[in-house]
Amino acid sequence: MAPHDIRRPFKRAAISDQQKRRELSLQRQAQNRTEAQLQARRLASSILSLPNHNSEPQPLESLDLLPEPIVEEPETDAEDISDIDIRQAAKLKGPEARRWFASQLMLPEWMIDVPDRLNCDWYVFARPSGKRCFVVSSNGATVSRLRNGCLLHRFPSALPNGARTKESSRSAQSYCILDCIFHELDQTYYVIDMVCWAGISFYECTAEFRFFWMNSKLVESGACEAPSAHHRYRFSLIPVYNCDHEGLQTAYTGAVPYVKDGLLFYNKHAHYQTGNTPLTLVWKDETCSQYVIDTDNKGQVPNQQQVVLELQDNGQLVTSDDPAVVLGCLNAVFIQETGLHPGNLVRFAVNEGGLTFVDGKLEKADLQCLGKVHRARAFADSYSKIVFQYMVRHSPLRIEHLFASMSMITEKENNTNEMEMVG
Amino acid sequence: MFRSKLLVLLLSVEGNCSLKTAIANKVMALEVTQILLNAQSVDGSVRKHAEESLKQFQEQNLSGFLLSLSGELASDEKPVDSRKLAGLILKNALDAKEQHRKFELIQRWLSLDVGVKTQIKTCLLQTLASPIQEARSTASQVIAKVAGIELPQKQWPELIGSLLSNIHQVPVHVKQATLETLGYLCEEVSPDAVEQDQVNKILTAVVQGMNSSEASNDVRLAATRSLYNALGFAQANFTNDMERDYIMRVVCEATLSPEVKIRQAAFECLVSISSSYYEKLAPYMQDIFNITAKAVREDEEPVALQAIEFWSSICDEEIDVLEEYGGDFTTAVSDVPCFYFIKQALPALVPMLLETLLKQEEDQDQDEGAWNLAMAGGTCLGLVARTVGNDIVPLVMPFIEENITKPDWRQREGATYAFGSILEGPSPNQLTPLVNVALNFMLTALTKDPNNHVKDTTAWTLGRIFEFLHGSTMETPIITPANCQQIITVLLQSMKDAPNVAEKACGALYFLAQGFEDVGPSSPLTPYFQEIVQSLLTVTHREDAGESRLRTAAYETLNEVVRCSTDETVPMVLQLVPVIMMELHQTLEEQKLSSDEREKQNELQGLLCGCLQVIIQKLGASDPTRYAFMQYADQIMNQFLRVFACRSATVHEEAMLAIGALAYATGPDFAKYMPDFYKYLEMGLQNFEEYQVCAVTVGVVGDICRALEEKVLPWCDGIMTQLLKDLSSNQLHRSVKPPIFSCFGDISLAIGENFEKYLMYAMPMLQSAAELSSHTSGADDEMIEYTNLLRNGILEAYSGIFQGFKNSPKTQLLIPYAPHILQFLDLIYMEKDMDEVVMKTAIGVLGDLADTLGSNAGSLIQQSLSSKDFLNECLSSDDHLIKESAEWAKLAISRAISV
Repeated sequence: MAPHDIRRPFKRAAISDQQKRRELSLQRQAQNRTEAQLQARRLASSILSLPNHNSEPQPLESLDLLPEPIVEEPETDAEDISDIDIRQAAKLKGPEARRWFASQLMLPEWMIDVPDRLNCDWYVFARPSGKRCFVVSSNGATVSRLRNGCLLHRFPSALPNGARTKESSRSAQSYCILDCIFHELDQTYYVIDMVCWAGISFYECTAEFRFFWMNSKLVESGACEAPSAHHRYRFSLIPVYNCDHEGLQTAYTGAVPYVKDGLLFYNKHAHYQTGNTPLTLVWKDETCSQYVIDTDNKGQVPNQQQVVLELQDNGQLVTSDDPAVVLGCLNAVFIQETGLHPGNLVRFAVNEGGLTFVDGKLEKADLQCLGKVHRARAFADSYSKIVFQYMVRHSPLRIEHLFASMSMITEKENNTNEMEMVG
Repeated sequence: MFRSKLLVLLLSVEGNCSLKTAIANKVMALEVTQILLNAQSVDGSVRKHAEESLKQFQEQNLSGFLLSLSGELASDEKPVDSRKLAGLILKNALDAKEQHRKFELIQRWLSLDVGVKTQIKTCLLQTLASPIQEARSTASQVIAKVAGIELPQKQWPELIGSLLSNIHQVPVHVKQATLETLGYLCEEVSPDAVEQDQVNKILTAVVQGMNSSEASNDVRLAATRSLYNALGFAQANFTNDMERDYIMRVVCEATLSPEVKIRQAAFECLVSISSSYYEKLAPYMQDIFNITAKAVREDEEPVALQAIEFWSSICDEEIDVLEEYGGDFTTAVSDVPCFYFIKQALPALVPMLLETLLKQEEDQDQDEGAWNLAMAGGTCLGLVARTVGNDIVPLVMPFIEENITKPDWRQREGATYAFGSILEGPSPNQLTPLVNVALNFMLTALTKDPNNHVKDTTAWTLGRIFEFLHGSTMETPIITPANCQQIITVLLQSMKDAPNVAEKACGALYFLAQGFEDVGPSSPLTPYFQEIVQSLLTVTHREDAGESRLRTAAYETLNEVVRCSTDETVPMVLQLVPVIMMELHQTLEEQKLSSDEREKQNELQGLLCGCLQVIIQKLGASDPTRYAFMQYADQIMNQFLRVFACRSATVHEEAMLAIGALAYATGPDFAKYMPDFYKYLEMGLQNFEEYQVCAVTVGVVGDICRALEEKVLPWCDGIMTQLLKDLSSNQLHRSVKPPIFSCFGDISLAIGENFEKYLMYAMPMLQSAAELSSHTSGADDEMIEYTNLLRNGILEAYSGIFQGFKNSPKTQLLIPYAPHILQFLDLIYMEKDMDEVVMKTAIGVLGDLADTLGSNAGSLIQQSLSSKDFLNECLSSDDHLIKESAEWAKLAISRAISV
């Protein structure tokens, strides 16, 4: 039994650089593995959590130890549709497709007053004139569908999994959903938002983040390049500006390769929220849009403003907002005489009496019934649209107001600063 | 698997017991002496022939072979040399370093004929009485090996009794041999294999043998050395005040023996007691202090070193306890209280240690193996500083002030070393003002002091200053715009000094760079970056860079400078790529090397691959720099492949690590390298001996899976085969197995439903590993930690597999495995000793299972014992990663059971 060695490290770093490299590698690998898992889960949960208004997610309490009797849920079309994911949805037809796609797009409200902090929290860009649509690439094909669900094009594209090419042997999970406007003149899809890219969901991401990714990923994919055999339509990005004085000016008057149809404002912090949202806004005047005042189906501007409202069971006429705004009521006799049913969309003209506001809220509307609308239409008008159209005809919100609001904000902030310093 | 192997072993041994054996045994016994002597012959061919004969004998007739060896060892008529070798071969027939081999030998011994074993053991015990010391000593060790196998099996119960039966009557040499045997026995056998009454007998005999009344120094020394090993058995005896007092008194008395070896052995016992029985020491500390102080000041160096070690060991204990307190003294989280022995001894202890600092040896900094009083004392001083913190500063500062400017280099060096030693422990508030005063002095000393030793310690001290007092968390910066340039100039200048000084200067620069790691977009080092890199590269080319680890230190520092660099210097890091590649290229061009040169070449290649790995990881971390780096990817990969072709374990590992980083940076394009790289990947996975290499390669497989995704498919058959082989191997270090399971998950996530064909192999492996991990009740901390690692690996595999199969028409293939997985989760939840990582992974698996299997999983989850509780517990966790996984699981489950 020899004496025991008691030497300790002397003037030496306790850990070797190689050991450090090993550990850093392991850290990186563990991190990458976690990210890969999260990505797989995010994808799945984005499909799970596609807005599902009719069936609430099962509350946790039902996770009982005893097996529950399986209850057949009452089948309704609405529930069926809300359960399917985008790839299945691409195969839907008719009213189902319409309803599904209609519920997937983020719909801007019309700007009826200027939001606070417009110059800090918002982006602005010139909206291309054209058809708003969803572009979905999956399983080697790309499909575009209009807001009402109608098929616009089916085509090969350079989007991930958007064409059958040798390189694109991607997994079925890898699909894209883009929010676009198809511009007829140059046959180009202008991408205004990105919802999913290569299987990664961006629903829960801020606009700031989505735009950043949209810019880098879209160019990377080759989708912005000129059309070719595997890429029938060009995709294009739109210059997005911070909505300060200069940005607004550029978006409003700056040259773009497309015909403008108003300005779109996106709140930087807002997630992609399906349906109507006040966190994206649309605004138009004659300088930046040919279609400020709504036209009828012959393309003429009618003498009187027209609105489309949905008839409820109780005879109320409501907008498409959630919660809906009630603009009027039809009596039962009238409904019976005209053969209208609850759920119908009905067109009205705004009469001389116009819309009456009290404290910024609509109190009264003088409406005249014109009849049912074309069945391709999926929605009633939104409240903001009705008010914007009314304002355009009476006292429009002009670009000067938008600019003025910014200088007001600056002044306000200055004032606050001063007050703080005094206090 | 084990069981079938065991069966084969048993069968092969049973065939041996026969008459034939006895005859062969007799024939061989006649010749064995000569063969054993021949086996030690200076003539190589004679030796080789003898070794072969022994091997043959062993293979043909194991029992006979072992019997004749034990007979040889026991016979006083035989030459010492043949007896010693006989004993050694016997010992090696009972034990081996490699775990799997050890296991085989144990099984082989246990399956031998009982009569044969009894005969061998009788011979061994008989040898203890031999007049020949070497024969006795060899027999002691063999007896301990046999005991190590048999006592845990409750065999050979009479051993200890028969050793001790007449210990008081036997001649001195037998007593000495008996005590030595007890010492070895305690080293071999685990304390729980020996009954307390036997332990009492052993300790009684050993402590009596140590007693000052024992006349023979040989007996006393053997007893003292045996006690060192027996201390682990004395748990019960140390809780008995009288017995503990007695043992301590005898040990302390032995430290005063006139025989230096006994004093040294007695101090070794004290060192061991200080860590094993720290909480029992309070009554003895005053005496121990006096004994150790006397030894440090007056005794011979080997004894004095042990005396210092006692205090270092107490520091270790108190640092551990205080760390467990974690600064929170209100709740006693530790089992062991802190007795603050060091704090109490401080006024006397510190002066004693400071005295040792002046007893340096010339050239100790150039001698790798040096360990002397000054080094031990300085090291202990550093530990004391860590233990007591601020209190040490006023006790050390006068010593520093008095000595730092003295003409004798020993005083300047001792003072500097003292300063460097106390930089870890006291608060930065306390130290920073002192350092601000000292810094200029140090920088001057590093350039101007005539003594190499002083410069070495000064550079080391600067390194400690930067390590502990410089960084983004410090309130007052040590390094300011005013002194930064001077510091760097001095350090770069010192890199041209003698190798040992240059190496410490590199170390100081390492910590200087590290302190600027989180400095933000702009680093104070940026203006000097080019110069620093250039200087470090120059150091690596020094003729004498092989001395004092200098070249290694220069590359390590370069790596740290790169790691901590900011975006400002990306272009310069990028320029470094072709420079390092050129260096690597040159090592590959050298040919016809001697084995010594080859070793140096391999070492250098390791350093260069390590450096490239750091650069790749740095540049790969953001998109723009990654694109810029990609121009070199082909060339770099090509060089790594050539490095592999040189074949050396450490280079292999470094190149492998670098390739992992490269795969991550390259992404799917890495596919083009796979045809050439694959064979090396396979080689790495087959490297059982150097398990680090295997572990690193397993990690790289994960990198490649994530980089290539489904493009990895063509290589998966080979990879999976290797991984499954690795898992079945009992040679492979167990630490590699959890990452292999995780790697299954990586593969499945990459190739999705194509994993189908591996399910029938992977799933049973996972299942049995899961079962194995549940049989660890009553395990120690190390086992619990391993169990957690193993479970995490298994769970990551399940996660990857479920996610890989998600949305595939083949998900139903996984349904049969779900009940077991849910049981496994139940078990993990109910055992309650999972760590946060396992908790997060486990709840994630629950979600993945629900998500992939959907309604098929719904009722299973509802029936499972604890899913609901587990989920609720995770949902309310403070750990956001656990919570995130739990939210996901909740969503997936609610969907699975609502369908």
